[in-house]
Amino acid sequence: MVKKILKSKTLGGFGLCIAVFIILNVLMMTKVLNSYWRGVAIVCCINIILAVSLNLATGYLGQLTLGHAGFMSVGAYTSAILSIHLGLKTSQSPVIFILCLLAGAIMATLIGLLIGIPILRLRGDYLCIATLAFNEIIRVVFVNLEITNGSKGLIGIPYMTNFLYVYIFMAITIYVVYALVNSRHGRAIISIREDEIASELAGIPVTYYKILAFVVSAFFAGLAGGLYAHYMTIIMPSTFDYNKSVEILVMVVLGGMGSLPGSIIAALLLTLIPELLIQFSQYRMLIYAIVLIAAMILKGSGAGERILSKLPFRKTKRIEVSGNE
Amino acid sequence: MSKLLQTKGLGIQFGGLKAVDEFNFEIDKGDLYGLIGPNGAGKTTVFNLLTGVYKPTSGRIIYKGGSLVNKSPTAITQMGIARTFQNIRLFKNMTVLDNVKVGLHHSHPYNLATAIFRFLPSFSKSEAAMDEEARSLLRVFDLEEFADDKAVNLPYGQQRKLEIARALATAPQLLLLDEPAAGMNPAETEELMATIKMVREKFSVAILLIEHDMRLVMGICEKIAVLNFGTVLAFGTPEEIKNNPDVIAAYLGEEE
Repeated sequence: MVKKILKSKTLGGFGLCIAVFIILNVLMMTKVLNSYWRGVAIVCCINIILAVSLNLATGYLGQLTLGHAGFMSVGAYTSAILSIHLGLKTSQSPVIFILCLLAGAIMATLIGLLIGIPILRLRGDYLCIATLAFNEIIRVVFVNLEITNGSKGLIGIPYMTNFLYVYIFMAITIYVVYALVNSRHGRAIISIREDEIASELAGIPVTYYKILAFVVSAFFAGLAGGLYAHYMTIIMPSTFDYNKSVEILVMVVLGGMGSLPGSIIAALLLTLIPELLIQFSQYRMLIYAIVLIAAMILKGSGAGERILSKLPFRKTKRIEVSGNE
Repeated sequence: MSKLLQTKGLGIQFGGLKAVDEFNFEIDKGDLYGLIGPNGAGKTTVFNLLTGVYKPTSGRIIYKGGSLVNKSPTAITQMGIARTFQNIRLFKNMTVLDNVKVGLHHSHPYNLATAIFRFLPSFSKSEAAMDEEARSLLRVFDLEEFADDKAVNLPYGQQRKLEIARALATAPQLLLLDEPAAGMNPAETEELMATIKMVREKFSVAILLIEHDMRLVMGICEKIAVLNFGTVLAFGTPEEIKNNPDVIAAYLGEEE
């Protein structure tokens, strides 16, 4: 029994999650990580939520979407407007804050449902363009609405997000996506990516699962948006343009379609690299671009796998499988 | 006494082309039916009509007394008609076991909450049941040792078998096999014939198969329908078909 628990991936992940949290917290309390790096850690967690949730729609379901920042902005604006109108203060009970976040996430879900039903009939490039258009439409809507304060941006959002919140929500996101993917529902979603027609003819309700994955993905994007808004305290429509969508998509593609650890690592690296390169000032984005290109080229070559397989704790079972070709 | 599946005047038109026209056909429980015909005769189109991939432009499909016209492929599969494909369509990057489990999807309907609360016993119970069922299916096809390999890494013959296993996982009463012996050598075809016979006995399904390999068709089918240019040229037992002058003409051309 004990052995079984130790073997269980779920519990192992849970343990790792708590261990990382404790280590980071100790580092923060002992001022090894100053408040600047604490901020970076918060952004890392938000980006992990975004990458992991997009991975559900793009990596597992196999639908290339470029509207993730759109859902993020819906969640950000909805929760921010709510918390401003409720006059939320940092000292107040976290329950209301969490409810605001959930309201934002649910709004993103509803919008996801609304646009998902028509556009998920499209495939490949067409779907990509449609989601890109959605992203732009949402941005323009926020520029023109009075309640969002237009392009000047929404200011005075209470500073509520701290490391504990983002870390817990990140852990929940990873867990939910993991649980979903490793169930009959997840197999259905992956089978759609592999072969939509075969999936239909194996009795999978394809439309239902496409919308489900898309909507769950939108929910967590909205959640990330809410956390982001209450961390930055100022949000502008231009923050959530298609560049942000592309940035999230890059994390997913770089980490590997349909790989949760990959998404997490890629989100971490792509958030940390620009911070670490800050000393190179104007060459920063140049180096960042080179790192991206190098990563993309090396990714398919198996270089990463060769390096990983040399690590002592990794089982090298894959080699046997590919040997029988 | 109603048949398992009947079609009446079934037809589909693509633009001006009548791909299938006036297709009348019936198959009973436990039948092993062959559908043959020259290339382009409309055999696969018939399969696509029966499984809801194409909507017929005329005629009716009656399955167990109810109409199948305008039902989605998913619904038709769940009602008990499963198929394989001419060019194998496995879920390549999923494991062999998961391929079969996808077929088991609708017979183990635990909901989303159960999936999220995966640490509760109801999840592991359902998953264990699915696992057991999928493995026993793989065992029937001698695929259990490959259970954790990716489907794409299987040899060709095994991929064909896996496709049949996945189709059977949906618990069909009618199994449609689209050229199961395509690309197989004589020895593999021989083995496949035994497999098809075994499947019919063990799973008590009716089988309708498209095949070009006459040895296989004549060897195991009890009834045969011959299609040519979208219409049925002949029905009959293998003996009758072999000696039917129209069939010989369609395959070999008429004497001038």
